[in-house]
Amino acid sequence: MELTGAQALIKSLEMQQVEVMFGLPGGAILPVYDPILDSSIRHILVRHEQGAGHMAEGYAQVTGRPGVAMVTSGPGATNIVTPLADAYMDSIPLVVVTGQVPTTAIGTDAFQESDITGITMGITKHNWLITDGADIPRVVAEAFHVATTGRPGPVLIDVPKDVANRPMEWYWPEPGELDLPGYKPVTQGDPALVRSAAELLLAAERPIIYAGGGILKARASGPLRELAERTGIPVVTTLMARGSFPDSHPLCLGMPGMHGNFTAVTAMQRSDLLIALGSRFDDRVTGKVDAFAPEAKVIHVDIDPAELNKARRADVAIAGDCRLVIDELLSALEACGLRHSDATRGGSGGAPSDAVSGAPSAKGSLAAAFPRQRLSPWRAQLSEWQRRYPLVYDQQPGPGALKPQFVLETLRDATPEDTIVASGVGQHQMFASQWWQFDHPYTWVNSGGLGTMGFAVPAAIGAKVGRPDRMVWAVDGDGCFQMTAQELVTASSERIPVKIAILNNAYLGMVRQWQEMFYGERYSEVYLSPDLPDYVGWAEAMGCVGIRVESPEEVAPAIDKANNIDDRPVVVDFRTDAFEKVFPMVAAGASNDDIVVDPSQAEEGP
Amino acid sequence: MSMYGTDKRHHTLTVLVENKSGVLARVAGLFSRRGYNIFSLAVAPSDDERFSRITIVVDVESSPLEQIIKQLDKLIPVVSITELDPAVSRERELLLATVEAGPETRGQVIQLVGVFEGKIVDVGHDRLTVMLAGAPAKLDDFEDLIRSYGIVDMQRTGRVALPMLDRSRGPARRPGGRTMGPRPIEKAG
Repeated sequence: MELTGAQALIKSLEMQQVEVMFGLPGGAILPVYDPILDSSIRHILVRHEQGAGHMAEGYAQVTGRPGVAMVTSGPGATNIVTPLADAYMDSIPLVVVTGQVPTTAIGTDAFQESDITGITMGITKHNWLITDGADIPRVVAEAFHVATTGRPGPVLIDVPKDVANRPMEWYWPEPGELDLPGYKPVTQGDPALVRSAAELLLAAERPIIYAGGGILKARASGPLRELAERTGIPVVTTLMARGSFPDSHPLCLGMPGMHGNFTAVTAMQRSDLLIALGSRFDDRVTGKVDAFAPEAKVIHVDIDPAELNKARRADVAIAGDCRLVIDELLSALEACGLRHSDATRGGSGGAPSDAVSGAPSAKGSLAAAFPRQRLSPWRAQLSEWQRRYPLVYDQQPGPGALKPQFVLETLRDATPEDTIVASGVGQHQMFASQWWQFDHPYTWVNSGGLGTMGFAVPAAIGAKVGRPDRMVWAVDGDGCFQMTAQELVTASSERIPVKIAILNNAYLGMVRQWQEMFYGERYSEVYLSPDLPDYVGWAEAMGCVGIRVESPEEVAPAIDKANNIDDRPVVVDFRTDAFEKVFPMVAAGASNDDIVVDPSQAEEGP
Repeated sequence: MSMYGTDKRHHTLTVLVENKSGVLARVAGLFSRRGYNIFSLAVAPSDDERFSRITIVVDVESSPLEQIIKQLDKLIPVVSITELDPAVSRERELLLATVEAGPETRGQVIQLVGVFEGKIVDVGHDRLTVMLAGAPAKLDDFEDLIRSYGIVDMQRTGRVALPMLDRSRGPARRPGGRTMGPRPIEKAG
């Protein structure tokens, strides 16, 4: 069967079960847009290519399937560089197709030419410039394979216009026909190392499970819960791992890191064993790395061998898929004497038996093999910290300043518990991660590693496309919102009913906080204005419902109104307190021991 | 003074890569964006036309060797990496130099080339172009000695290396290198 390269490309995407793609056409990609008219793939026309990339990311994060975006050459391609960098940092599987000038024009500074494979070499897992149409099906199959296996990540396929126009003989490669001799990701952990890990775990007195985004990538929430419940070891969930272990679980300590809660941060500092699962000792988690968890031995499990021993030397470093390795670890623990116990295994939904109370288990040989009572002093210490240093804020009733935390608590309590929350980057992101209760995996979509302002609106749209059955709220800042808000036009025209909560404090709030705390209150270029733009008017101009909220009393009714609108996007402009800061905080480069708690708690001292 | 001596800062990696366009840029880009220093780099086709071999001498003070190897291994077109400890490998390099060699010094230069078992590859009225292949340290010595005559132009290729052979009797052992790669290479045909 003879097809044009363009037809072969779209057919290849169909072969990969692509249901939706996000994009914007232009000169060099024109041939590929023609067969879209005849394809089963839904194409969502964005207003800016960056939106296409972040939508694909949001889609991928909530579905676990690769996000697909397609843009033209030159500026179309460079506009999607930020989402590629974002997806690379957060290990999100993306397949981005870019148009390219004809092969004969490459290297001549042709109109809308850019060396996008060169530009994105350092921010993609791999990229391809196709020079022969016969390669198209094989390269697409390779691209999806690379993006979704091992440590997931973004890939890019650059398709010159003449390659798209020329005929080729259609085929579809068998899995064995991929030409990737240098690619074979590890999956199983080394059994000897897993045994060593089990032995460390059984000897620990102050263990902490340090769960990272790799848990979600590996679909390992179930095994993680089983590990925690069967050993009674408390869990911290990093910014990328929020929802991988339920916040409502008695063993969950919440988020560690620069704006983590006191208990999560300090538990890691005082721990004698960190069990790092799919986490990478990011500087925002460790603080000053030389002073991080000084007494802890480290078990580090990651599918990317390069993460092992990178920031922190591990005592046991296991390269492997988190789901498989946790299962292996559970077996190894069993072999070491931790026996199966009906009451603790699986723990389907309900209160997880003795893990709740921290009381020593009396069930058969379990207690003998894994003496949980040994963890009791540790668990008691953690409870004491939780009691003394909860997250706090002070919302006065009446017409005073509206606290962002109060908005988030009200929103959290007024929405279904499986609501998907997307956020931008800054104070609102930290407040959202702190104050939301994530009880389900794949409900938190944010830009963790790259810290991309403007992520929330398009990511929420992509998430809603991927999970139309779920309520999707974006929690955004006013600075972030202005970067990508135009994608609400996309959402309106495509009938994608996302809801946006702008925590409008009229500032680039996180920068303002740093200038207040570290630059002697010298505020440089951070004031935005609460009224310019007029967010309600802007929302309405984009086909959304716009609501303004200025006092605490208006918060709940506005959220109810928004929740009841399901035929168009809603934007709620919450006018929040500009002076509110995110606490706790570990200053950049400081030790986690020097965590600064909310001023109202500071008198007590740890 | 040796630029290329066998001190502990240097490690040689031979990297088997797919013979596709842009692969060298990927390797070089990785080194620059992660701040790894390269002392020398040599690229040539391997005995299998599907692959090329890149020999990189890295500065292990710029970053731990373990990280360099693991990051290299993440590049999709990198098929395998062999770390060659200079103590258990044979390293060679080629030097070409055009040297001032007027009537008074010409004899001395020719003699020096002879002592080092080099070759004269071009002769001019006042200059000679000489070639020397050998261990990098030997090239360093030669370079120091001819400098006093006046080096007009010089090029060195950067080193290539293979593991030392095992001369012990009995069952074959692994050669003197540590290989990291997803799978052994199947020879074509």
